[in-house]
Amino acid sequence: MTAPAIRIDGLHVVRGGAVVIPGLGCEVGAGSVTGLLGPSGSGKSTLIRAIVGVQRVAGGTVEVLGVPAGSSALRARVGYMTQAPSVYGDLTVSENLRFFARVLDAPAAAVDRVLADVSLEEFRDRVVNRLSGGQRARVSLATALLGSPDLLVLDEPTVGLDPVLRRDLWELFHRIADGGATLLVSSHVMDEADRCDELLLLREGRLVAQATPDELRARTGVADMDAAFLRLVEPAP
Amino acid sequence: MSTRVTSAVATRVLRQLRRDPRTIVLILGVPCLLEFLLQQLFGRDSPVFQEVGTPLLGMFPFITMFLVTSITMLRERTTGTLERLMTLPLAKLDVLAGYGIAFALVAVVQATLVSVLAFGLLGLDVLGPKWVVVLLAVANAVLGSTLGLFVSAFAETEFQAVQFMPAIVFPQVLLCGLFVAPAAMPTWLRVVSYALPLTYAYNALAKTAANTFDARFALDVAVVLGCIVAAVALGAVTLRRRTD
Repeated sequence: MTAPAIRIDGLHVVRGGAVVIPGLGCEVGAGSVTGLLGPSGSGKSTLIRAIVGVQRVAGGTVEVLGVPAGSSALRARVGYMTQAPSVYGDLTVSENLRFFARVLDAPAAAVDRVLADVSLEEFRDRVVNRLSGGQRARVSLATALLGSPDLLVLDEPTVGLDPVLRRDLWELFHRIADGGATLLVSSHVMDEADRCDELLLLREGRLVAQATPDELRARTGVADMDAAFLRLVEPAP
Repeated sequence: MSTRVTSAVATRVLRQLRRDPRTIVLILGVPCLLEFLLQQLFGRDSPVFQEVGTPLLGMFPFITMFLVTSITMLRERTTGTLERLMTLPLAKLDVLAGYGIAFALVAVVQATLVSVLAFGLLGLDVLGPKWVVVLLAVANAVLGSTLGLFVSAFAETEFQAVQFMPAIVFPQVLLCGLFVAPAAMPTWLRVVSYALPLTYAYNALAKTAANTFDARFALDVAVVLGCIVAAVALGAVTLRRRTD
């Protein structure tokens, strides 16, 4: 078995005086699509920020691709999509992508590749502020794909998208994983769980379960992922 | 730090500005309008216009670029683009230098335009070389830009960032020597005046207008350049890779 892409041990995060993650440990296997699921406010974004190394942590270790999270060596190897679309609203789609491609020293062809990946070719010359919310999120996703990273950390990439686009994006995630990269994808929609190889279920900053969708069904005895989650957090009397 | 990334940041900042023609018109037009008003108010040959015209011309870019940079940088902080940049292979100096270069280029255009108007049409006289005035104006723009970048870290909203302008810029304009020479100020005000960078920027411009390039002029320029370096260092401290 290959070394895990992410290894977290005793992670403790305090934000604004409140404990958001009270001590969390887990591993994410390389070359897989792992879903980070949990209700809104469960600490998904905080955990993601700790993994990409932008979250100040109070304790514990986060190791990414064999080195501490946030190491400068990781900056060219980890792609990060924030929850709010972090692109320049007053630039066009392709101006945004060309800027980030230059920062990453990615070839010019990468811009066309990621535009096709997120199906935004026809909007390439549109100013981002004139796009819909879902389109804006896809520009942000495209930016994270630019450098062909070894680890892609995506914070709710499919929120607000129609079913066709969501299916296309999940197929894209698996294609990327088939190429050897690791993906960690967060969502608060439980029906996306079935599209993941493995799941991390988070609630109030604690890991409720780490399992494949099938293991989760076997353990809880229910087929529906929403019901499985409920069964885990509120065991039947 | 790399020239590729620095120039990418500078190009991007200028491209964003180009998308906002109204701001460009204001940046380039307002100094010209104010210089014109000053001339009309006091008269072409009045000592006030002749004395104040050149220093004011050289200090406009400081005020403009302070405001423009603090708002642009605040947007980067609040929209998450800065957080994204901090996860990418770029040095903090790339961001700082990119902003500084972009707004210095804008300042070249701004200072040249208002110089052509003031020296050419409004009859403003300067005894020293005019290109020194433009050069000092650009240095002031970079100083304003780097200071604006630093203070943007202390604003949470654009309302707050705008209020930093009267809070940080106006006292410097009042105390720089434009209204009362530091020598004539009460001791405590003189101390404050000499602690503020715009005092040295004003003095260098006044010396250029009078064509007296003495040791004091060299000191003034050195202090302005030193303050730019200090502001860049302070700005770098506020660009954090990890935040709460």
